[in-house]
Amino acid sequence: MNAIVAAGRPMVPAVPPGVAGAAAMQAGDASHLQHLTFSLRGEMFAVGILNVREIIEYGNITTIPMMPDFIRGVINLRGAVVPVIDLSARFGNGVTEVGRRTCIVIIEIAADDFTHEVGIVVDAVSEVMEIPAGDIEPPPSFGAKIRADFIAGMARGQGKFVIILAIDRVLSVDDIATLAGAGAKALQLEAAAA
Amino acid sequence: MDAIQTVFVQEAREQLAAVEEGALRLEQGERDAETINAIFRAAHTIKGAAGSAELPGIERFTHSLENLFDRLRNGEVAVSADLVGVMLRGCDHIGALLDGVEAGNPEPDAALAAAGAAICEAADRIAAGEAPGEAAADPEVGSEPAAGRCESGPEGRAVANDCWHVSVRFGRDMLKNGMEPHSFLRYLEGQGEIVRLTTILDAIPAAEEMDPETCYLGFELDLRGHTTKEAIEDVFRFCRDECTLFILPPRSSTVSYVTAIQELPEETMRLGEILVRAGTLTAEELEHGLAAQAAQAGRGEAAEPIGEILVQAGVVQPEVVVAAAEKQKQVSERKAHEARFIRVQADKLDQLIDLVGELVIAGASATLLAQRSGHTQLVESTSILGRLVENIRDSALQLRMVQIGETFSRFNRVVRDTARELGKEIELAITGAETELDKSVVEKLGDPLMHLVRNAIDHGIEPAADRVARGKPAAGTVRLNAFHDSGGIVIQVGDDGGGLSRERIHAKAVEKGIIEPGATLGEREVIDLIFAPGFSTVAEVTNLSGRGVGMDVVRRNVQSLRGAIDVATKEGEGTTFTIRLPLTLAIIDGFLVGVARSSYVIPLDMVVECVEMPGGTGGRNYINLRGEVLPVVRLREQFEVEGSRPARENVVVVRCNGAKAGIVVDVLQGECQTVIKPLGAMFRNLRGIAGSTILGTGEVSLILDVQALVSIAAADEGHALEEIMKVA
Repeated sequence: MNAIVAAGRPMVPAVPPGVAGAAAMQAGDASHLQHLTFSLRGEMFAVGILNVREIIEYGNITTIPMMPDFIRGVINLRGAVVPVIDLSARFGNGVTEVGRRTCIVIIEIAADDFTHEVGIVVDAVSEVMEIPAGDIEPPPSFGAKIRADFIAGMARGQGKFVIILAIDRVLSVDDIATLAGAGAKALQLEAAAA
Repeated sequence: MDAIQTVFVQEAREQLAAVEEGALRLEQGERDAETINAIFRAAHTIKGAAGSAELPGIERFTHSLENLFDRLRNGEVAVSADLVGVMLRGCDHIGALLDGVEAGNPEPDAALAAAGAAICEAADRIAAGEAPGEAAADPEVGSEPAAGRCESGPEGRAVANDCWHVSVRFGRDMLKNGMEPHSFLRYLEGQGEIVRLTTILDAIPAAEEMDPETCYLGFELDLRGHTTKEAIEDVFRFCRDECTLFILPPRSSTVSYVTAIQELPEETMRLGEILVRAGTLTAEELEHGLAAQAAQAGRGEAAEPIGEILVQAGVVQPEVVVAAAEKQKQVSERKAHEARFIRVQADKLDQLIDLVGELVIAGASATLLAQRSGHTQLVESTSILGRLVENIRDSALQLRMVQIGETFSRFNRVVRDTARELGKEIELAITGAETELDKSVVEKLGDPLMHLVRNAIDHGIEPAADRVARGKPAAGTVRLNAFHDSGGIVIQVGDDGGGLSRERIHAKAVEKGIIEPGATLGEREVIDLIFAPGFSTVAEVTNLSGRGVGMDVVRRNVQSLRGAIDVATKEGEGTTFTIRLPLTLAIIDGFLVGVARSSYVIPLDMVVECVEMPGGTGGRNYINLRGEVLPVVRLREQFEVEGSRPARENVVVVRCNGAKAGIVVDVLQGECQTVIKPLGAMFRNLRGIAGSTILGTGEVSLILDVQALVSIAAADEGHALEEIMKVA
């Protein structure tokens, strides 16, 4: 694991308290938090490692008719039928093109006292990264081209920002169910809102 | 709430249902001895069990009801409306007490206790009505004390002491079964004062052989009090099957003591000594008894059943023996009943069905691999395996099937009470009670059915005067019907009331803002408005219906079971709600079809036949099926599948809602066993797909909701036509 450790410079980020709280809550209280980073259309994203269950090869997806683009379909995960979400399409950036390194990250999210498993399609998984809490910046108010409430924080690393996703909101079951019910029309609204 | 109480509550509810059913039968005029006995037995069982579960509140209350039933059984009171009323109120009260126990309050609160007291009083009044002389009798000592009857017999001398003697040797597994000797003693104290008690420890083996979880104990005890043999037996009711129990009434003959002593496992003399030492018997009495016994044995009478010996000896009155014998019969009847049913935890069954589901999938994959390998013997053996799996699947699913009759008969009470409350005369007609469906479906069906039945009574059936004016019989009829139809179950709730008024529904919908004032709707659409959220036609909220649970909730409940609800009504003649549900929520036989690269499953029970899609239909979505016009749904178009149609298409003819329709697919892939896996909360708004399944190849395939598909197609076409009309 080539964890990136901040270069000793003690920093107190000028974070609005609400956002810092959200970021801390997302990742727990430890000062060094492990995240899985992956790339999507050339950008780096991260999700808290505690949400990640496993990473599997892309393939064998059954498409579900009459669904918006970002719902790729369902897969058979050892006998359980798990929905797969195309993150890029969810962010309104068009459907992910499947390549050699495309894979599905199985995420566990808690909703209504149940744990749901949801797969997300990513271009490539890169590494598990330890991000000190001090290195997490609040999300910009605009410019990320992603709904602000999807972002838990921005981590500095290797000269680039890594977007830490508020994955429970990105994969909100209620949200997706509503969109799925409304079909393609809602997708346009979603894209407009983004 | 401990384990015994949990079991008690469950059993008591079943018994309570039996009492209630009996009461309703009495009311309907079936007054044979068997009905009354059934009521008495059920009440008696509740009482006994409540004692063992240490719930004196329920025990006391049931006891006073039981007194009433006892008089009924003996013909001392006649069946009357009041009597049935009190019985039913009593049942409700016990139900409320059980609710309390479940909620963790074994003792009823003040209001409940007061209600209970009122019912007891009413019961006593009715009991006294026919037998005024005995009205003053304390209900707690309803049965006459047996003490006076047990005069000494001509043969055996009666022993001097005036106590009941109880010998009990507990079953070895008693502790393992969750019962402890001590609680029986405590409960026995409710019957009188324990004067003498000797614990018999003879059965305890040497320390190294002793199993601490095994009960080796026995008691010899003397009880002073006004009670009956039956009451004492009742104390030990829960361990009766396992333990050895002898109950000797006061002043029994010495012979019977000796007989009892000899029947017990310990050595006769040893036990005799114990009794003498304890003061139950005097030494002289013991000797006399032994001598008398020996004399009897010499005459060859020892083989007689103990009951007869006792009667001959004048120890007990014949009726006491009859009661005891009846009791034994009941116990054996109950045993026979238990042999036919095993109580299994529902989740164990669910687990089994899940496993069978996995087995089906694994089996399908093995069959597929065998076929690919081309190894003939392997193919043969997997096909045998496949057949067995199919049988196992059917049997496993059968385990969860229950008859709907139980659910239906609950409504007897609802109809009776509701009709009374409203001052209407209503009969409930039940048909198809033997129709079976999945238990998990039945459980979720209770609320919607309750709502429909109450609606029918409250809104459906008109007041008697109106009915007579319309030339209908004064008594209204609510019908519950169930039957199987193409792989599903159909449940109908109907009434012969006034029917739904389109004008009123329309006006109400406008008032509630559900539709625009000027909207023109088709007949069907108006009727369907009753399923809209926030709709209720009756202005005042009665406590029967209109409790905020509208028809929309009913429809949602039915839909959550993958079902559909429909209403047919004729003004002045009545309304019928029809609920269609799939038989099971677990595993079905499916028919696999392919469209482009995806495959879909159609429930096999809905499939009528498959035909080739005739060419030259143009853009029309119907085909000529042997002279019949068959509307078809093109899955390719419906699911917006990209790519062009293949040269040959196939039509799967399905039957749904009593009508036929065709589904146009690319290829037919044949039958397959389908384990239904729900798609999860994310897809809850998806229509046209009922769920998913995993094929032998490991791929996920979607199960089509044929009914929804057909109605979506119909609705889409309707909208498309409207658009055209607008443009024109």
